[in-house]
Amino acid sequence: MSATQAEPKKKGLITVRGRSIDVGGILLEGRAFIALIVLIIMFSMLSDTFLSYSNVLTMSKHVAINAFLAIGMLFVIIKGGIDLSVGSTLGLTGIVAGVFLQGWEIDSLNVILYPQVWVVILLALAVGTLVGWINGYLITRFEVAPFIATLGMMYVARGAALLISNGKTMPRLQGSPELGNEGFDILGVSRPLGVPMQIWIMLVLAIIAAFILTKTPFGRSVYAVGGNERAAELAGVPVKKVKIRAYMISGFCAGIAGLVTASQLTSAIPGSGETFELNAIAACVIGGASLMGGRGTIRGVLLGAFVIGFLNDGLVNVGVSSFWQTAIKGVVIIVAVIIDQAQQRIKSTKNAAIAAASGSSASQTTEISDQTAVKGG
Amino acid sequence: MIRTKVKADTEVANGTVSAIVMRARGITKHYGATHALKGVDFTIKRGQVTVLFGENGAGKSTLMKIMSGIESPTSGTLELDGEEISLKNTIDASQQGISIIHQELNLCANLSISDNIFIGRDITGRGGTIDRASESEAAGAVLKHLEEDLSPDTLVADLRLGQQQIVEIARALASEARVLIMDEPTSALSGNEVVVLFRVIRELKAAGVAIVYISHHLEEALEIADRVVVFRDGALVAEADRADVDLNWVITRMVGRAADDLKFELREDYGDVALSLRDIKIVDQMNTSRLAVDGLDLDVRAGEMVCLYGLMGAGRTELLEALAGRLPIVNGSVTVLGRSVVDETVGDRIDLGMTLVPEDRQRDGLIPSLSVGGNIALSSLKAFVKGFWLRKRQMTDAVNNGIRDVTVKTESEAASIDSLSGGNQQKVVLARVLLTTPHVLLLDEPTRGIDVGAKAEIYTLMTREARRGLAVLFATSEVGEALNAANRVVVMSKGQIVGEFDPRKTTREQLMVASGETAARGKAGAR
Repeated sequence: MSATQAEPKKKGLITVRGRSIDVGGILLEGRAFIALIVLIIMFSMLSDTFLSYSNVLTMSKHVAINAFLAIGMLFVIIKGGIDLSVGSTLGLTGIVAGVFLQGWEIDSLNVILYPQVWVVILLALAVGTLVGWINGYLITRFEVAPFIATLGMMYVARGAALLISNGKTMPRLQGSPELGNEGFDILGVSRPLGVPMQIWIMLVLAIIAAFILTKTPFGRSVYAVGGNERAAELAGVPVKKVKIRAYMISGFCAGIAGLVTASQLTSAIPGSGETFELNAIAACVIGGASLMGGRGTIRGVLLGAFVIGFLNDGLVNVGVSSFWQTAIKGVVIIVAVIIDQAQQRIKSTKNAAIAAASGSSASQTTEISDQTAVKGG
Repeated sequence: MIRTKVKADTEVANGTVSAIVMRARGITKHYGATHALKGVDFTIKRGQVTVLFGENGAGKSTLMKIMSGIESPTSGTLELDGEEISLKNTIDASQQGISIIHQELNLCANLSISDNIFIGRDITGRGGTIDRASESEAAGAVLKHLEEDLSPDTLVADLRLGQQQIVEIARALASEARVLIMDEPTSALSGNEVVVLFRVIRELKAAGVAIVYISHHLEEALEIADRVVVFRDGALVAEADRADVDLNWVITRMVGRAADDLKFELREDYGDVALSLRDIKIVDQMNTSRLAVDGLDLDVRAGEMVCLYGLMGAGRTELLEALAGRLPIVNGSVTVLGRSVVDETVGDRIDLGMTLVPEDRQRDGLIPSLSVGGNIALSSLKAFVKGFWLRKRQMTDAVNNGIRDVTVKTESEAASIDSLSGGNQQKVVLARVLLTTPHVLLLDEPTRGIDVGAKAEIYTLMTREARRGLAVLFATSEVGEALNAANRVVVMSKGQIVGEFDPRKTTREQLMVASGETAARGKAGAR
């Protein structure tokens, strides 16, 4: 590999290669977008109903749930971790909301509490955030590997959801006017301006997340920790705090996903969200986030979520068997990562070319290795 | 940070603060059984450049890490302006106005120059958001001051090594520290960049900043020094004003030590060429746009001890790792006993009789979860396999022979590898390598981080193996070892062989000059 990389540099084919790379580079940069367009064209040709209003509505609801999880997941992935617990957290927060909406019995006081909907929402989000905090605490305080800590919490959160609900679905969460707790279905059923509420929430969440990642010191710290943890620490970044917060954001987003899912069905199912964490990771990866950390954007993640969602529903729509759906999704994820690797390689070759060309005059290109070697000495 | 500095200035003007800014008292630092610092007293004065000299492992960098809060001392205290302080971490240190430019680059390659300069001390505007415009402007000003024509928004990943080092320097400058520690700040800089850095250092000095400067380029360091301090074996051995000393004074105090006078018995009659290298080229893995080794030819004969001497970054480690099969060789031929091995894997090369004792024993040399015996047997497991089974007894016998052969001090072969001292761990690596019955033995800094007594033992073992007919090629950055334990010293610089010496007719100074340690930078300034 190094051999082939070194060759073109030494021969000074920079400009020629540079031009050809750029075309490919643009295609690569926008690959998630291109993939999305291709999917839409392909499925709309294969199926008359794919682009119908009702189908687009259904698909966008699925996309939104995945996008909530993926946006939270992105913070964790950028800082160089992974969060396998989000699917379970989705289930748990839905159940927590369900318990409060159906009425929380306190036996000792012989009362049943019916909190207002906004209180229920806050409580459920707090539970989601708490799961994230536990993840972060385990990872920073006890130095448990992120994969293991969140794998453990995946089971703990799912277990908690099953215990609280006794394994049963909690139906009829629309509340009643007498108890003053109706309105929970706004989150998942209402359609302001004809667009499902989920999509509005997704857009707001994405804008806030993008703002945090790109405009705040915390966001920059997340990238720094993922890029080079030691450098970040030596520069005075509170690495542990940053990590814990990233997991808390992931848990919070999973909480939103849980609430919306429960609202959509007006019932809470303890098993909901199973394997959703993998879809969220896939959306991040397709959107250009690196599992090594330090890289990823909200824009990319949204595209990734759309690709995953449209692919899923499109395959159902054209009647591909569910066994094939699973296999095809796997292939798409692997191809996305292979393309990503290729992009990184091209970029580093390009950098090498730039570094080589920075010798300013053309005659110096042949002396590149000498010159840099001197500086490296 | 600016406020602290102004405060210090006014206090000095009022005569309330002495010229000594920072003081270390009786600092010791132990890493396991290794004593990196043995009770050091050290002071830094306002408006002065204090230069630290010493060989690798003398304790300079360790002391600087302690003074900048990266490590804490085993015992001893730090004082700032006469008051005792404790530095829990680098944030503490930078709040106290102490800043360090690290020997190794500590940058986030995925962020821009300006991000790297201001991370951890963000300039924020309305609503707590990063004020990118102000940061970019401030970063641009620092870069301009360093005469570096770079946009602050450039990604660090897109910079060459020297420019990355400039970013490290820029970050320290932007912190407006009053104690600025520079640990090898010029290792990747060109001649012009060094000139600029020295101009900046003089300006900082005039502004009252106390600077500590460490460099392997002795003459360069002397050029900027006001005070000279020499470290050897974890102790401060000499201290003087720059005006009272010269290069010879420094070198004598850096090296002269009893353990170096050990002479090893070397064979004079060599056998055939065991290892032959022709026109070797290896790409630098850290920066793929340059070559770490560039067109190197070398022959090592059976029974010969050849030393690769050179500064850090000269390409020695890359060469040895590529020979062992860990790095790809772009060009050139490697033959062991007449057989080409360029396309072979690490395992195949070991089978063919060439094996490496790596530089970083902890990271690359040992498997901490295996016992002493497990580590020794690791490279020769194949020899003990019969059918599906590992012949345990035969293996244990071989391991115990190995332990006796290289005199590892251990309770038993089942002991944990962590229970051994550095020297004994290194012997375990040696035992493993020797168990593979090699013809060519490669060793990278075989005595790094082990005490003087164990160093001599390691070399005694190496020379014994050479007398038995092995071709030995070892890299070291300690002049004493190069001169005492080799038949031939090959000096590497910038990926090439720049000289070959017969150690019996060579002085320390000659080697240091050849490696570029004391030579003026000369051509390096060519742009």
